[in-house]
Amino acid sequence: MSRTSTRKKKAAQFVGFLLLRTCLYLVLAVLFLLLFDVGKKGGGAISWEFLTQTPRRGMTEGGIFPAIFGTFLVTLVTAVLAIPLGMFAAIYLNEYARQTRTTRVIRLAIRNLSGVPSIVYGLFGVILFVNILKFGTSILSAGLTLGLLTLPWTITASEEALKTVPNSYREGSLALGATKWQSIRTNVLPYALPGMLTGTVLGLARAAGETAPIMFTGAAFYLPFLPKSLKDQFMALPYHLYVMATQHHDIAKVRPLAYGTALVLIAFVLGMNMTAVILRSKLRRKRK
Amino acid sequence: MTKRRLRNLRESAVRAFFFTNGIVVILILIGIFILLLYSAVPAFREIHLKEFFTSASWDPTSPVKAEYGILSMIVSTLLVTLAALVIAVPIGLGVAAYLSDVAHWRVREIVKPVVEILAGIPSVVIGFLGIVLFGPAIGKIFGLGNGLNAANGGFLLAIMALPTIISISEDSLNTVPAAYSEASLALGGSRWQTLVRVKIPAALSGIIASVMLGLGRAIGETMTVLMATGNARAFPHGFLNSVRTMTSNIAIELGEVPYYTTHYYALFAIGLVLFIITFAVNLAADVVLKKYQEREQ
Amino acid sequence: MASRQPKIETQSLNFYYGSKQALKNLNIACHGNRVTSIIGPSGCGKSTFIRTLNRMNDVIPGTRWEGRILLDQEDIHSPELDVVELRRRVGMVFQKPNPFPKSIFDNVAYGLRINGLRNRDRIEQIVEKSLKEAALWDEVKDRLQENAFALSGGQQQRLCIARALAVEPEVILFDEPCSAIDPIATAKIEDLIQRMKQHYTIVIVTHNMQQAARVSDYTAFLMLGELIEFDETKKIFTAPANKLTEDYITGRFG
Repeated sequence: MSRTSTRKKKAAQFVGFLLLRTCLYLVLAVLFLLLFDVGKKGGGAISWEFLTQTPRRGMTEGGIFPAIFGTFLVTLVTAVLAIPLGMFAAIYLNEYARQTRTTRVIRLAIRNLSGVPSIVYGLFGVILFVNILKFGTSILSAGLTLGLLTLPWTITASEEALKTVPNSYREGSLALGATKWQSIRTNVLPYALPGMLTGTVLGLARAAGETAPIMFTGAAFYLPFLPKSLKDQFMALPYHLYVMATQHHDIAKVRPLAYGTALVLIAFVLGMNMTAVILRSKLRRKRK
Repeated sequence: MTKRRLRNLRESAVRAFFFTNGIVVILILIGIFILLLYSAVPAFREIHLKEFFTSASWDPTSPVKAEYGILSMIVSTLLVTLAALVIAVPIGLGVAAYLSDVAHWRVREIVKPVVEILAGIPSVVIGFLGIVLFGPAIGKIFGLGNGLNAANGGFLLAIMALPTIISISEDSLNTVPAAYSEASLALGGSRWQTLVRVKIPAALSGIIASVMLGLGRAIGETMTVLMATGNARAFPHGFLNSVRTMTSNIAIELGEVPYYTTHYYALFAIGLVLFIITFAVNLAADVVLKKYQEREQ
Repeated sequence: MASRQPKIETQSLNFYYGSKQALKNLNIACHGNRVTSIIGPSGCGKSTFIRTLNRMNDVIPGTRWEGRILLDQEDIHSPELDVVELRRRVGMVFQKPNPFPKSIFDNVAYGLRINGLRNRDRIEQIVEKSLKEAALWDEVKDRLQENAFALSGGQQQRLCIARALAVEPEVILFDEPCSAIDPIATAKIEDLIQRMKQHYTIVIVTHNMQQAARVSDYTAFLMLGELIEFDETKKIFTAPANKLTEDYITGRFG
């Protein structure tokens, strides 16, 4: 145990930390490469025309407006199913249900369902919504399928938000004579709501980017008209990108358009993510 | 009615409302599993279980004899997942260790949201970049025609699993009691020695859980592998082979399969297998995490 | 008989947590092969002080110091003296026993391994020697592979002492070592400290005045970060020079 062992320790630390730093740089490099590639090549295709017009000449020209519109619509349907149901179920599980082993098992099952492959939800959507309930391939079927995909996520995120509200808040208001619902409404929900909303919007952002659940339940590659009702098929950004990249008859020619679609999709999803985070910090500040 | 009776009535109504919601949701989630089961079982009237899991030949549309072996797909899924883990675990752990032990807090504040951005990129975009950017690069490096193979898929899946591994491993490292680190430093250990000999072993369960969650994500990924791995049906012999995973196969064939045929049911059977595998992996990860949290108490 | 020069001492030491000053102009000298105790009411800076001696406060962000701290007349903050090396020479036993989640053997061997010792036999020798020095060997010699957490609080603390002894420090700092363990284990550790001073320089922080009186040769009384009085223990406890010291010792406050 001498001065040399200290020197060895320092040398090992230098190398070790350098390795760690390299890992970080690798990850950052890949991310920037990704975003740069899409940004540069996609940016070249973006124009006002691209964003607002329908595609022409077999997708080789024109814009992707119907896909943007379709994604927007299907996300709306998803929201209608997943948000209220998810939030209310979370409130039930966390505030009303007795915390028995059964509820813990249920909670575990819900959390793990969010890890199930998206294509399996797609299978389920085909069987239930398209066939059994005879909604056919439509915005409704696709939206409901995505809603099911998002549901476990919404429930888990809402439950986490509810859990962060200290029990003393609940007990404090009950001790003053408030009923259970009153105390939840006045002392729990206001504090949990920002987290719940953030979680749900993040879940919706993920749903908006999903392809597999909508591939067989309603998304179409080319439609001459915009969808007029929930029973219509629709175009969607992620599916559009998929087809342009793999199935189109002239892949090389439409590649720039594919890049543009990818950029719009990323912007849509990341935009929702950022909105969720900003929403949360704004609501939190209002609480104070 | 008195005020109190009215209020009690309202309370019961609210409670019933939430209860119904809870039950509906639970039923839906159970229903998913049951419906899948129900749609997969008919397949096994025609297909032997043994053939299903051990035959490497998947050829449901063959005019001669329809074959329903998913072994090639299972191996393909395994190859891609293995490649993904080999890349993502060391790098993810490295980043997590860097953030928790070395980085200045300002660096952490910037990097954490950046990693979140990586997590938010849709899988179809990653798959797209696998076709236009990373695949050709792999092709050039290894002198292949195109780079759409298991290695490409593995690399892309690693990108998708990294945020999970990084964020959960970092949390685990941060919750290692400071007392352990202090003891090591007070004995003359360097920060690196403390990290490697004390912190990482202490955080191991959390790290393992994060790897399992990343694993679950990789197994269940559909679009990325569908677009970037080549989709050849043959039994793969190496990472540079084109492969077709279970998820890709369903996505490829579901669009054209006639409803209610054996082929149709067989696809659901694959879906059921996927459901069970990913559910089990995620469950195991949860159990490991829970045990780890309990031990720290 | 104390050696002429102090083993470890501070000169005009000021210490700050951010903008709050925790230690004011401390001049405390601890002599070799003696036990020096630091006493004072809660919050007087005892723990902060002892942690400056092995630069453990460096790990807390926002701290800064002024003045000098000398080990064998060498400034411990000088760039020639590496902090990792310092901490091997100046060991520490913490208030709450903090064994690693490893086996008893691996706990004591840890310090040896990080300093590059690989010879299995040598490691076993030193582990046995350290555990004997810490008066723990007889109790654990048949279960060295068991997890350290299987031991009682008092045993864990002695394990931490053995762990610190294994790297052959010159000074050992004890930060309220008995506040988290029972009286019988405390007595064992106090015995240990008395025997250890033959080979080491010991500085002990304690809020238990009787312990200070029993165990130490010199005592420093701190209040609100300032040194009120420093003298031989016998003198402090029988005829303190400062009224504040007297008030504290007779229990009028603290």
